[in-house]
Amino acid sequence: MSVLILAEHDNKTLSPATLRAVTAVQALGEAHVLVAGQGCAAVAKAAAGLAGVTKVLQVEAPHLRDGLAEELAPLVAHTAQGYSHIVAASTAFGRDVLPRIAGLLDVAMVSDAVKIISPDTFVRPIYAGNAYETVQVMGAPIIISVRATAFAAAEAGGNASMESLAPLLPVAISSLVSREIAKNERPDLLTARVVVSGGRGLGSAENFKRMERLADKLGAAVGATRAAVDAGYAPNDLQVGQTGKAVAPELYIAIGISGAIQHLAGMKDSRVIVAINKDEKAPIMELADYALVGDLFAALDALEKCL
Amino acid sequence: MKILVCVKRVIDFNVHVRVKADGSGVDLAGVKMAMNPFDEIAVEEAVRLKERGIATEVVVLSIGPDVVQEQLRTALAMGADYAVHVKADTVVQPLAAAKIIAAVVKQEQPEMVLMGKQAIDDDCGQTGQMLAAMLGWSQGTFAAKVEILLPLPLGEGRGEGGAPSAVSTYVASPSPDPLPKGEGFSYATVTRETDGGPTTLRLNLPAVITADLRLNTPRYPTLPNIMKAKSKPLKTIPQAELNLDVAPRIKVLKVEEPARRKAGQRVKDVAELVDKLKNEAKVL
Repeated sequence: MSVLILAEHDNKTLSPATLRAVTAVQALGEAHVLVAGQGCAAVAKAAAGLAGVTKVLQVEAPHLRDGLAEELAPLVAHTAQGYSHIVAASTAFGRDVLPRIAGLLDVAMVSDAVKIISPDTFVRPIYAGNAYETVQVMGAPIIISVRATAFAAAEAGGNASMESLAPLLPVAISSLVSREIAKNERPDLLTARVVVSGGRGLGSAENFKRMERLADKLGAAVGATRAAVDAGYAPNDLQVGQTGKAVAPELYIAIGISGAIQHLAGMKDSRVIVAINKDEKAPIMELADYALVGDLFAALDALEKCL
Repeated sequence: MKILVCVKRVIDFNVHVRVKADGSGVDLAGVKMAMNPFDEIAVEEAVRLKERGIATEVVVLSIGPDVVQEQLRTALAMGADYAVHVKADTVVQPLAAAKIIAAVVKQEQPEMVLMGKQAIDDDCGQTGQMLAAMLGWSQGTFAAKVEILLPLPLGEGRGEGGAPSAVSTYVASPSPDPLPKGEGFSYATVTRETDGGPTTLRLNLPAVITADLRLNTPRYPTLPNIMKAKSKPLKTIPQAELNLDVAPRIKVLKVEEPARRKAGQRVKDVAELVDKLKNEAKVL
């Protein structure tokens, strides 16, 4: 059987999260990638060049330009015939579109799979990662969003065949008004090797900036807790946690973060966790591989000097 | 405009979750339960829309055993007008929940359905989008801001010189976009939290909107409102009466605790930390 992967892209570049979805499905069957957009030939070409992808289906239409769920879901449902699985990364895009496809096809969906045990059996976190359930899905196709950080990125080296599909008629019940792309020259949070993350303990937006200097010195992505975002230290898209992003870098440095379970849910799969906090009883100090109790700002200064 | 809000009874977000020793699930015996926090935000948004004169009526729906009426009463105390309880004594998975809600939508005829973007127990985040698919409605997921533009009845809201300004705006600041052309057209403008930053969509109504954390801060029901909620109408519909295929499509084979991390260590200063990161963990 083959697996249909819904590509996430901005018509120019393929999202790094989709590369991870390609790796995730290798055990399930041949990977075909659906690239739906407008003027998205470069994306289709990039997908075709990935090791493990055997076919790329490209669909072009003005109403597919903005990645609207209302337009994409019927297209994917229409294309689903003959596929055993429909897969995308569990990003805001995948979480928006995939359940709509499942609803159209009257099939169940597995959200945020972290492990594929067999073609119908998957492991996924529940209760903010405080438990993991192994689930078996009945019916087909099986719709799965995969947690990007649980799988490596597919590498170049493929030579998939390309096919053009005709678009469906526009549904035209929604439209994009604006999209603010956060200007961010730092590495992407989801794929960064090192993440430096700040909490309310930093005390001000200025101090958060000071922490960002350390991140830049390390070539790291910057994350934040809900409390830090709510306090206005950092924009929403930096939030790590149950409702923000789930990250799993090689090194996660938590500065002034107490460690609410909702935050831990988004970072506890990091390989090495460092916590710097003035409160030695903060929950994150229990989780950390290396915990340093002390003044945050003295530690930031010292770290900047040492690195 | 009538709004239907869907609320789920879940384990309270402050409770430490324990997996049962036999791996069959999470131990809910004697555990504090509450309304799913994202659904609470959805209720708050609907009530605010009513307070601003945009919504005319707020109906709240929950699916589950009789105890979910506690959460329905909470929503009524927050300001919903009446409640519908679909009584189901077995587990209702997202696909089945969406079908049940769709059936209630047919009965209640709302122009908008609001619910949380995910429930904090199963963390699926599917029901709203599945419902929108089944109804053929537009969807605004992970909403951080909602503006509703409704047409006013003919003859009202005319601007000077006869230019139509047949729109009432929910937010104080006018939308930067051109107003919809033609009469009788209503839509919602929803700003969504996405990975790259905020995205704003215009949705034709009716629509399903799922609430994210920053849409609002829900109110605490006051004591007089809690008392008042006790006498608000609450209708119970046995799930079987809806005649739907709600059999689970997903079988839970086992539930486990997450793998424990090996115990960490305290370091005395930054120099020791950097040394360990370089030479022991080898991540620098």
